[in-house]
Amino acid sequence: MKIFNLKTLSTGLVIATGAVLYSCEDSNPLPNRDYELEWADEFNGTEGSLPDPSVWIFETGTGPNNDGWGNQELQYYTDRAENAHLDGNGNLVITAIEESFEGSSYTSARLITKGTQEFQYGRIEARIKTPFGQGLWPAFWMLGSDIDTNEWPEAGEIDIMELRGQEPRIIAGSIHGPGYSGGDAVTEDFELLDGRFDTEFHVFAVEWGPNFIDYFVDDRLYQRLSRADVPEAVEEEDDSFCVPQGSDCIEISGEDSWVFDKPFYLLLNVAVGGSYVGSPNDNSRFPQTMVVDYVRVYQ
Amino acid sequence: MKVSKDIKLNTMKSQAIILLVALIAFGCSRDELELPDATFPNTAEIFTDIPVSLTDEFFISFDPAEGANTNGFGVDENDAFEGTTSIRIDVPSPTDPDGSFIGGIFKDRGKGRNLTEYNALTFWGKASTSATIGVLGFGADFETDTYVATLNDVGFTTGWKKYIIPIPDPSKLVQEKGMFVFSAGTQSTAGLGYTFWLDDMKFEYLSSIAQRESRALDLQVIYNVDGTDVAVNAAAAYFDPSDFDFAPTPPARDASNVVSIFSDAYTNVQVDNYNGFFQFATTLGGAIDIAGENLISYTDLNFVSINMFNSPNVDASDMTHLHLDVNIRETVDAGDFIRLEIINDDGGATTSAGVALGSYRTLVGGEWLQFDIPISDFPGLQTDDVDLIFFVSDATISNIYVDNVYFYRN
Repeated sequence: MKIFNLKTLSTGLVIATGAVLYSCEDSNPLPNRDYELEWADEFNGTEGSLPDPSVWIFETGTGPNNDGWGNQELQYYTDRAENAHLDGNGNLVITAIEESFEGSSYTSARLITKGTQEFQYGRIEARIKTPFGQGLWPAFWMLGSDIDTNEWPEAGEIDIMELRGQEPRIIAGSIHGPGYSGGDAVTEDFELLDGRFDTEFHVFAVEWGPNFIDYFVDDRLYQRLSRADVPEAVEEEDDSFCVPQGSDCIEISGEDSWVFDKPFYLLLNVAVGGSYVGSPNDNSRFPQTMVVDYVRVYQ
Repeated sequence: MKVSKDIKLNTMKSQAIILLVALIAFGCSRDELELPDATFPNTAEIFTDIPVSLTDEFFISFDPAEGANTNGFGVDENDAFEGTTSIRIDVPSPTDPDGSFIGGIFKDRGKGRNLTEYNALTFWGKASTSATIGVLGFGADFETDTYVATLNDVGFTTGWKKYIIPIPDPSKLVQEKGMFVFSAGTQSTAGLGYTFWLDDMKFEYLSSIAQRESRALDLQVIYNVDGTDVAVNAAAAYFDPSDFDFAPTPPARDASNVVSIFSDAYTNVQVDNYNGFFQFATTLGGAIDIAGENLISYTDLNFVSINMFNSPNVDASDMTHLHLDVNIRETVDAGDFIRLEIINDDGGATTSAGVALGSYRTLVGGEWLQFDIPISDFPGLQTDDVDLIFFVSDATISNIYVDNVYFYRN
C-alpha cells in the first residue's frame, strides 16, 4: 500500500510537472539540430565606442544609385558614433536622427559583415529592441555574398526581422530571390498579442539549411520555407532558365530559383521612410533607436 | 564556568534584545495589521448593457444655465455594438432653446474605484454622420475634478470603432469617481444636430499602450498606442512638481532696482492685459496658471502686446536692462524670428525700433531662453511711461510661453 501510494504520488508529480511544463511551453516542437555556437558579437565595449571594425562595416550614403537604397528611403547613413555606437552595457545602438545632413533630412546607420563574417546555414539570431513610430524601418537581415557579381534579387535576401514603426506589434520574415522579390517576396508576419517589439527585447532567428529556412520569434516558430515555396525555374529552348513572374518569365543566370545554398552576410540597419513604411509624420518621434543585445550564429 | 556564564548572560541579553526588537516590530506593524490601507473596488466596467455601479442619475449634465442641454441623453435599445443596448447621445443644434451643447459625467456610485491596474478607458463609438466630439475622457467628478484626462476633437464615423484614452498616470487613480466625461456640440457639422452612440465602456490594461512622454508644461502626456501617438490632456495633479520645467527663478533684487511687468519673483506693476486682441492680430492666450506657476501663453502668434495704456505710468527710466524668459513651444525653422518693440507714453512719444531676440542667442524650441537686453539696444527709447511691449513673429513662430518680464538695473 505504501509503495502504491508513493507510486501514485510520483505519477501525480510527473503529471503535475508535465502540466506545468506544458502550460509554460510557449514554443512549437522542433527538430533538435544540435547547433553549437560558431560566432557571436555580444557588443561588449566602452560606452560610445564604434562596433568592432573587424566585423562591422558601415555602409554610408543614400545607396549606390542615390535612390534611397532602391526603396526611396529618406535617411543618409553615416559612420558616426551618433548613429551607431556601443552603449557600454553590452548593446549596439543604431540611432535614427532627424537632422539636415548631406541633403537628407534624417541620418542613421547600416552595418554589414560583408567580407568579414559570412555564413552558409545555421541558426542566425539577434536579440533586439526596435524603434517605433510612423516611417521607422528597422531590420536584421542577410544578403547573398556574391551580390557584387550576381545582382539582387538573384543574389538572394533573407529578412530575419523587419518592422514598420507604425505597427510595433508586427514583424515580418521574408525571402527574396529571382521571381519573388520586393512586393512579391515570400513573407509571413508574426504578431505579438501581449506586447510590443519596441518596449522589450525579443529574439529573432532563422534556422537555415539545405532546402529550408525556419523563422522564429522568441523560439516560437512561425514560418517554414522550403524550395516548394518559391516559383520553380523553367528551362527554355535555348537551355537557359527563367522564373515565371506574372505573365513574364524572368531569365536567371543559374538553374535554380532557390538561391540560398551559398554564403550570406549580415546586415543591421534602421531606415527612415521609403516604400515599405511611408514617410515619418508629425506623429513620429526622433531620435529613435534600435538596440541590439547580441548577434549569434550557431552551426 | 566563567565562559559559560558569559555565554548565558549573552544569551539572556540576546533574548532580551530579540524580544525588544520583536516588541518594537510588533508595535510598528500593529497599526498596519489592524488598520489596513483602505482599498476601493477595481470594477472596470462602466457601461455594458446597463450602467455599472454608477449613480442613480447615470448621466449628470453640465450646468443647463451655461447652455448644457439635458434632453439628448438616453439608452438605445435598438442599437448596440455588443449586447442589446448602447448609450445614445443626441447633440443639439446651436439654436436649440434647451441648450446648445450636450455634456456631463458618469460618476461612481460609491466612494470611488481603484483604477491603478488599468492603463486606458476604452469604448466603442459611432455617429449618425462623420463628426468630431469636442471632449471625451474621465476624471471629472464635479467635486474636485483632480484627475481629469481628456482627448479633444475625437473623430467619429458612422461605423463602430474602438476608442482608447490612455490614463496619464494610473498610479494616481487609487480612488476615482469620475468614470466618464464628454462634451459635444455641432462645430464639426456646421450646426446640424446629430447622434452618437457609445457602448462597451470600461477601463482596461492594453499592452499596445507604451512609450509615455510627459509634456508637463503643455499639461499633456503622450502615449504611443499601437504605433500612433496620442496626446492626452492631463490635469496638473498627474504631474510631479519636478516634471515641470518652469523658467529659472530670477535673483532677489532690491525693489528700487526692478520694475516688474510679469514675474512671480517680484511685485508687478499694474497692467491692462497681456493680450489686447488688436485688429489684424491672430494671437490668442494671455496669462495662465500651470500648477500654481503664472506664465504668459501665446498661441497663433503674429503680434501681441502687454498693454499698460490705462494703468498708472510704468516708469522704467532708471533701469538699464529688460529681462525676459521665452520658451518656444515648437520647432524653430530657418527664418523664424521674434521681435520686441516697446512703445512709451501712450503710443505717441517714442516707438522703439525692433529688437530681434535671435540676435542675442540662437532660438531653439522646447527650452527656456533667457534674455537680458540693454535698453540702449532700443534706439531712442524713453522708458518713463512704458505702455506697450510688443512680441512680433509675423506667424513664423506661433506658440510661446513668456515669463519674468521686468526692467532692472544692477
